[in-house]
Amino acid sequence: MLFVQKKRKLVNYAKWGYIFILPFFACFFIFSFIPLVDTIRYSFYEYFRSGIKEIGPNFIGLKNYASLMQSDMLKYAGNTLILWLIGFIPQIAIALLLASWFVDVRMKIRCQQFFKVVIYLPNLIMASAFAMLFFTLFSTKGPVNSILMSLGIIGEAIDFMRTALGVRSLIGIMNFLMWFGNTTIMLMAAIMGISPDIFEASEIDGCNSVQRFFRITLPLIRPILAYTLITSIIGGLQMFDVPQILTNGQGNPDRTSMTLIMFLNSHLRSKNYGMAGALSVYLFIVSGILCFIVYRITNDDDPDGSKAAARKNKRGRR
Amino acid sequence: MKSKGYNSLRTVFAHVLLIILSFLCLFFFYILIINATHSHAELQRGFYALPGSSFLENFNNVANNGEFPMIRGIVNSLIVSGCSAAICIYFSALTAYGLYAYEFKMKKIAFTFIMAILVMPTQVTAMGFLRLITKMGMYDSLLPLIIPSIASPAVFYFMYSYLESSLPLSLVEAARIDGSQEFRTFNQIVLPIMKPAMAVQAIFTFVGSWNNYFVPALVIQSKDKMTVPILIALLRGADYMNRDMGKIYMMILVAIVPIILIYLFLSKYIIAGVTLGGVKG
Repeated sequence: MLFVQKKRKLVNYAKWGYIFILPFFACFFIFSFIPLVDTIRYSFYEYFRSGIKEIGPNFIGLKNYASLMQSDMLKYAGNTLILWLIGFIPQIAIALLLASWFVDVRMKIRCQQFFKVVIYLPNLIMASAFAMLFFTLFSTKGPVNSILMSLGIIGEAIDFMRTALGVRSLIGIMNFLMWFGNTTIMLMAAIMGISPDIFEASEIDGCNSVQRFFRITLPLIRPILAYTLITSIIGGLQMFDVPQILTNGQGNPDRTSMTLIMFLNSHLRSKNYGMAGALSVYLFIVSGILCFIVYRITNDDDPDGSKAAARKNKRGRR
Repeated sequence: MKSKGYNSLRTVFAHVLLIILSFLCLFFFYILIINATHSHAELQRGFYALPGSSFLENFNNVANNGEFPMIRGIVNSLIVSGCSAAICIYFSALTAYGLYAYEFKMKKIAFTFIMAILVMPTQVTAMGFLRLITKMGMYDSLLPLIIPSIASPAVFYFMYSYLESSLPLSLVEAARIDGSQEFRTFNQIVLPIMKPAMAVQAIFTFVGSWNNYFVPALVIQSKDKMTVPILIALLRGADYMNRDMGKIYMMILVAIVPIILIYLFLSKYIIAGVTLGGVKG
């Protein structure tokens, strides 16, 4: 009796694996896969709403893709890239600097935990509220202008929202503030994953801190640097909340801060399904390529130092 | 001796930079809090470095505002974020356990598939998603903001890594020999072991969902179902300059306070979780 029961269970174990992963895959299939197929399908159709009348769907082949290419899409892609770069370059530079300082025992940084808590804080703040806050603070009658004026730094109020440079800088500053703490903590874990023996050996060989940073730290954390870079590009491609709220969806001035997702959002809002579909497919292809790179990195035998460091005590294999 | 002096110079420089950066991070929130305590008339006159006395007045104005139902928005956001976090961590843990503890034919393919969609942006499927939920009759409701979080590849990956490091399969075997059913093993033995991982991911999922703007803004239309970020966007779109500034600052403050409170209490776990999470958002 006992034997029979045990044998039956042995046969059925695989079944449980399928049952346990079923909700995930069912949910993915319904809420991501079907929408994806639908999106791709309608990208080949003329299908939009003008007024209260619905036009289409009529099959028009690749016309949507072609007209997107002739539209301002490439300009918006350029905007997205510029906005991302303004935030990312200072972010990675500061993060590298801070991370190497935090782990340097000879630096004796005080109140480490406090600084970490503070620099990570903006990452959790609602991006839309943050953008609204910046809009209010940097408006012509806002506190930043009145502080600068009372200090005598500027004569009259600067209208940050009027110039492309002003808006782009604000977005860049926000993205920088929101993400440099996160990157610092990731890179710190990566650097801590490097064997202290290597640093010790370099010290005995008379290596100074600059050499150590460029010759040892940087090459050894390259995998996680690449990982940070790619995930940041994917995040940059999705940039939406901050510029959308800051410019009220207009991408002002003269659409110089309009990002790709804001463009997609405006198509979705005006129910231009054909164009929205084609734009989604473009985005899907680009992010697909990026996903593939991330996949390659995360499936490396030693994907990144951070994970090794974080689980140093716990796991010995893989 | 020279290197010692050089090092202490570096240390001083590092602290100065850190203080500047921390100042930048906190400065804007400081102004926000200060301004939320001043009345509109006071704010028109200029900037104040110290808190004023209109905190309660501004708060009451926000709480009783029918045009931007902030309290309702916070309740909605709490429902969406709380439910998302709960089902997300439960089903991610379930999926991770299913792939970790059992041997079956599709196992490798399933794992590879999840890893491949790990960083796929949700925006690319937004159009089909909108059409789908309209057909399903879930347009303008909170459900489509909650249910899709069952399939969260990044949370799954975190849970899977955690299981790999802390659940010996012999424990599962032992439970089986003691006659425990598979679901019971999961709920009563595996889940308690995964508590630390689940707590970290619950926080991140909650925060992510709380701050999410793109999809909710497309799905929700009626005011009494709006979540906080949509209300903030609505505020930005409204005719702005003629409004009570004290109230506007208070609304922004109310929108971010819940997350700041969570962060104040759990910052230690959150910061430890950043590196373990690997992939975020």
